Amino acid sequence: MEAELKALMIAAQAGDSAAQTRLLTALAGRLRAFFARRLSGRADEVEDLVQETLLAIHVKRATYDPRFDFTPWAFAIARYKFIDHLRRLGGRVSVALDDAGELLAADNPEEGAVRRDVADLLGRLPARQRALMRDVKLEGYSMEEAAGRAGVSVTAAKVSVHRGMKRLMKEVSDEDL
Amino acid sequence: MKTSELIAVLATADSAPVRPAAPANRIASAALVGATAALAILALWLGFQPLAAAAGASWFWMKAGYSLAAATAGFLLLVRLARPGARIGFAGAAVGCAALFVIWMLAAHASMWASDDHRTALWLGETWRVCAFRILVLAAPIYAGVIIILRRLAPTRLALSGAAAGLLAGGLSAVVYGLYCQENAAPFVAAWYSAGIAGSALIGAALGPRLLRW
Repeated sequence: MEAELKALMIAAQAGDSAAQTRLLTALAGRLRAFFARRLSGRADEVEDLVQETLLAIHVKRATYDPRFDFTPWAFAIARYKFIDHLRRLGGRVSVALDDAGELLAADNPEEGAVRRDVADLLGRLPARQRALMRDVKLEGYSMEEAAGRAGVSVTAAKVSVHRGMKRLMKEVSDEDL
Repeated sequence: MKTSELIAVLATADSAPVRPAAPANRIASAALVGATAALAILALWLGFQPLAAAAGASWFWMKAGYSLAAATAGFLLLVRLARPGARIGFAGAAVGCAALFVIWMLAAHASMWASDDHRTALWLGETWRVCAFRILVLAAPIYAGVIIILRRLAPTRLALSGAAAGLLAGGLSAVVYGLYCQENAAPFVAAWYSAGIAGSALIGAALGPRLLRW
């Protein structure tokens, strides 16, 4: 596989349009598998990343040095695009958490994905902290009401929610690495 | 757009032949252009008279050697970082560590045998307040040149690439500044030249992710 892709890339660098088509088509399948493994089930994101990576590979084709293997070069670009994607996603999810109450109220298929992500993230927290976070950030209870429901002091509830937010942000950004 | 359509567009609309980039040549040229600009800035800013006096002396070569070794370390790292999938290797780190080791051995040697008053003079010289700052200022055009070239290549580790670009720029900038600087003691170089070069690498690392993203 490496030898074949490498030969196609060298032809592509020389301006062979047919070789470029074959190379990018062959890579598209492998990239789809690469991203699908890392983004379980989010098909539209996977396809976006496949396209972005193919574009980058094409635009940066002069930076491939034929003295070295082709596959590490191509997948270093794929990994870079994946990390870049997560970094942007990280910013989006933290915004989504802040506005999650509004988002969850609306009934709209696109926002189902956000709801799943939020539920998935909350699932990683300890039970009491999760209950506090859900009450304050999603259900719209005041800090006092939420503290009462959880049976802790208001200060403890504030600290717990704050720490929970920090931890979620960290978990989201840690996935970059 | 479907992926197959994208591929068709890419392969037909933009299929021109490309020559495999030679990162080493391009980074080196950019750094030299930047260093020339730094030299011009130095001349306009601080004047040129001391140059001839400095360049012949052995302590000029001590400073230039140390600075050039730091720049080489940054350059070796950068050539690897500019190519996706390349191993970074040990060459850059080895050159950097060797340079630090030698200059600090020279500094310790000079410092150990000096009297207390003289020792302070060895470490602070007459220009310790401005040295690191001047090296940072002169590094800016070199860093800018290297970043412009890097953006046409494909670095995938942006902070590290920024740091290596800063190290290269700081090292070359210190070579240029050495033409003007009249300090001649190894302890001064070990402390203040290192501070300027390290500062340049740190700023480079902080700016890298913003400047190099693609």
